[in-house]
Amino acid sequence: MSQTTTFEQPNTGTWDGGNEPFKVSYGKLMMWFFLLSDAFTFAAFLTTYGLARHRHQAYEGTPEAFNFSTQWWPIPDKVFNAFPGFHGVDWPLAFVALMTMILILSSVTMVLAVEAGHRMDKNDVQKWLLWTILFGSMFLGCQAWEWSHFIAGTEEGMKLADGSVIHGANLIVNQYGPPLFADLFFFITGFHGTHVFSGVVLLILIFFNTVNGVYHRRGHYEMVEKVGLYWHFVDLVWVFVFTFFYLV
Amino acid sequence: MASHSHHTDEFAHTGEIPKAQTKVIWKTFFILVAITAVEFAFAFMMDAGTLRNAIFIGLTLFKAFYIVGEFMHLKHETKGLIWAVLVPTVLLVWLLVALLVEGTFYGESVFNYFN
Repeated sequence: MSQTTTFEQPNTGTWDGGNEPFKVSYGKLMMWFFLLSDAFTFAAFLTTYGLARHRHQAYEGTPEAFNFSTQWWPIPDKVFNAFPGFHGVDWPLAFVALMTMILILSSVTMVLAVEAGHRMDKNDVQKWLLWTILFGSMFLGCQAWEWSHFIAGTEEGMKLADGSVIHGANLIVNQYGPPLFADLFFFITGFHGTHVFSGVVLLILIFFNTVNGVYHRRGHYEMVEKVGLYWHFVDLVWVFVFTFFYLV
Repeated sequence: MASHSHHTDEFAHTGEIPKAQTKVIWKTFFILVAITAVEFAFAFMMDAGTLRNAIFIGLTLFKAFYIVGEFMHLKHETKGLIWAVLVPTVLLVWLLVALLVEGTFYGESVFNYFN
């Protein structure tokens, strides 16, 4: 019995675990380093995108005269100009703007959940987690629409020299430009979408834990903070994907 | 019986919940929305080019600063943690730029070897 008591004594010495130089818990610190490693992965994707883009000719005519060709890298405004319910209407980047807003909004509701956790306000944590789950799912739905539209393509498609027409995109050929353009679209937005999906799953898990009072009994809502860090990182990655894939 | 006493304990907690402090959060949100709106304005009102791309990247870094600093709370962590995250990220950006510049040069020399 006395042995157990000595074993449970916290280590307080500087060199045996008593020192906490970063003033954050182990879990949060490891989440930061995981996110750092995840940033490496996304940086690799963006490097690949930049190199592939440089290897292809840029379109040099006026934007009005632009047409899809495997000769040059497409202008993103001309590829991503569709909006659900507005078939055939040219609304460049409108849908991706909506997606960006949804994701930024979900980041805000996530911070609000973390803030409520600091105050031990169980009801507020539940409320804001639900909003975050809702916006995250909305983003995933938007991405599903974006993908299916990208894959199905437009009615005009791209005319080839032999008279045949390509509609939509797959990994081998696409109507928008060089094959690598569609490949990188699938890989980069797909990898980001997988992150969003994992985030929504984590959010649902911590929502159930919150409802069951797990964190309340534990005395802190740190798990919400850790998932929050992950969720903001996903938002951050989207900010970069948005710039380098849709704007530049 | 046990669950009953647990519930009263929860209600005791509910009574002491302080008011939410959300001013900074919403301010950050409006900054992010405003920067995104400015990006769109540039996308439509300015012709594509190196300058426009530089503006886009600059605004993106601004957004990243607010997301990481405020939402991820890094601005308010210890200096050690800030550097532990920031230094690898800066080196990563350096690596990215170096790979792009050198890779483009290398790609061009390989593909145009016989021209």
